[in-house]
Amino acid sequence: MHRYIFRRLLLLIPVMMGVTFIIFTMMYFTPGDPARIMLGETAPEADVIRLREELGLDDPFLIQFGRYVKNAVIHQDIGRSYTSNRPVVGEITTRFPATLKLAALGVLVSVAIGIPTGIISATKQYSIFDNVAMVLALIGVSMPNFWQGLMTMLVFSVYLGWFPSSGFSTPMHWVLPAVTIGTASCAIVTRMTRSSMLEVIRQDYIRTARAKGQVESKIINQHALKNALIPVITVVGLQFGYLLGGAILTETIFAIPGVGRLMVEAVLRRDLPIVMGGVLFIAVTFSIVNLCVDILYAFVDPRIKSQYK
Amino acid sequence: MSNVKTASQNPQSQVASNGTKKKRGPWREVWRRMKKNKAAMVGLLIILILILSAIFADVIAPYGYDEQSLVDRLQTPNSKHLLGTDNFGRDIFSRIIYGSRISLQVGFIAVGIAAILGGTLGAIAGYYGGKLDNVIMRCIDILLAIPGILLAIAIVATLGPGLRNVMIAVGIGSIPSYARIVRASVLSLRDQEFIEAARAVGANDFRIITKHIIPNSMAPIIVQATLGVANAILSAAGLSFLGLGIQPPTPEWGAMLSNARHYLRDYPHIATFPGLAIMITIFGLNLLGDGLRDALDPRLKS
Repeated sequence: MHRYIFRRLLLLIPVMMGVTFIIFTMMYFTPGDPARIMLGETAPEADVIRLREELGLDDPFLIQFGRYVKNAVIHQDIGRSYTSNRPVVGEITTRFPATLKLAALGVLVSVAIGIPTGIISATKQYSIFDNVAMVLALIGVSMPNFWQGLMTMLVFSVYLGWFPSSGFSTPMHWVLPAVTIGTASCAIVTRMTRSSMLEVIRQDYIRTARAKGQVESKIINQHALKNALIPVITVVGLQFGYLLGGAILTETIFAIPGVGRLMVEAVLRRDLPIVMGGVLFIAVTFSIVNLCVDILYAFVDPRIKSQYK
Repeated sequence: MSNVKTASQNPQSQVASNGTKKKRGPWREVWRRMKKNKAAMVGLLIILILILSAIFADVIAPYGYDEQSLVDRLQTPNSKHLLGTDNFGRDIFSRIIYGSRISLQVGFIAVGIAAILGGTLGAIAGYYGGKLDNVIMRCIDILLAIPGILLAIAIVATLGPGLRNVMIAVGIGSIPSYARIVRASVLSLRDQEFIEAARAVGANDFRIITKHIIPNSMAPIIVQATLGVANAILSAAGLSFLGLGIQPPTPEWGAMLSNARHYLRDYPHIATFPGLAIMITIFGLNLLGDGLRDALDPRLKS
């Protein structure tokens, strides 16, 4: 098991190098001179040339890439913002907790509602509950979350006045954003739990449990659930990654100062180091979350654990 | 194997296999199963209406998409303007109808880019295997490490906003899923006897891949593409909502929503209808995709 974790961590290195390479290449080939952007249109040419030399912008591509990686690994430095001139890492880390909190709340919403709904739907297949839940789940995956955010804001904060419409200081502020970001994931988790549960409760060992007279609730909770939740874990893990990316839209609607908003503002100002830094940061987090999910998998499913030797 | 079995059970199909009676083609069989699935037919109907409204937008829309009338601005739905007007006095219904052209275009072209590039990479990786497979799939892993919408945003940041760049960005963002699906089905087909037979009669790799492997792995690709169009439309609308995608006055649904945000409190109808248009479209595509998956799933074949 330790060897497996170690190997997976090692595999993370080339993937991260690859992501960095893609991001750096994109930045490198974007039209426009970074030195000119940093100093402004009116700066004298001599200053621009000096800054270009200082930043090493005239060096060959591979040398610049090597320097970028070296600085990233040794000094945790992935450049400076073109507009604020502050280090990208600092800008992102101050904003990251809000994004992480939003994504985590989204996952919480999706798990807290999705899993119980999926289980009830599966155990009462084709009942009214099941049909309604499945239609709602389909609507949930079809609804663009930015529109849903606007509509919930309209109903629950403008008309009913139950929740504040933007900001992030109190727990009440997080309710609407969490529901907005979690809805689509909740729908996916519901569908996954239902189909996985349906598959499990048709298996022989469940029939055996029924035959020996076990109470239905025990069959579901003790026998079926454990096995049915294994594929759900993967889906939840993947959703967490998507939510980190998808937080951009929710942050924009509810004016939450996360990495997503920072990136959108950076794209509009053509502040590339921030954009690429944000992508890199989220890609690293996403990969680590995926790794954690795979490890968790082994803990819940001994069959998988035995393969990891 | 299955032919022999059905022939012995059902004399009619024996006649069919001899060619004396017209045999049902595989696609007719899929269609027959699809027709039984009401949800899938609803999805198909929604998509057909959408396609028709995109084709005949000039005829259906009562006003031009950029026709402004400041006297009529911010009207709620009425007999003159079915879904009301926006802050420039533009008819929302007409803009939604014209917007279907943009959304379908983005959906199909982005999926086209992803399916062709991803499919080719997946087919090469699966067919040749070995080092080539390893290199291609590790590159796909790298792309997979970046959530799709972020990759799209990074690409738009590099190329600049606009319809064409959004299609490229969304397309590239969804390459990995096609590469994986095609690779998986190529792997399952590669060693089958009919491929060996094709090789024995002297077919080259290109012919084997295009004539034998791809047609046989179409089912998962079609399902993925249908759901992929939905995702592409959603991503493009999201990018435009953020102001990074298709720019006004082009009537893109996400861009319309972005503009409507400023009037949400007093004129919620401006935000309601473009969002509903996106939702119904995605709903239709999801129903159709699910229906196609059920109809194409060989495990359900009788």
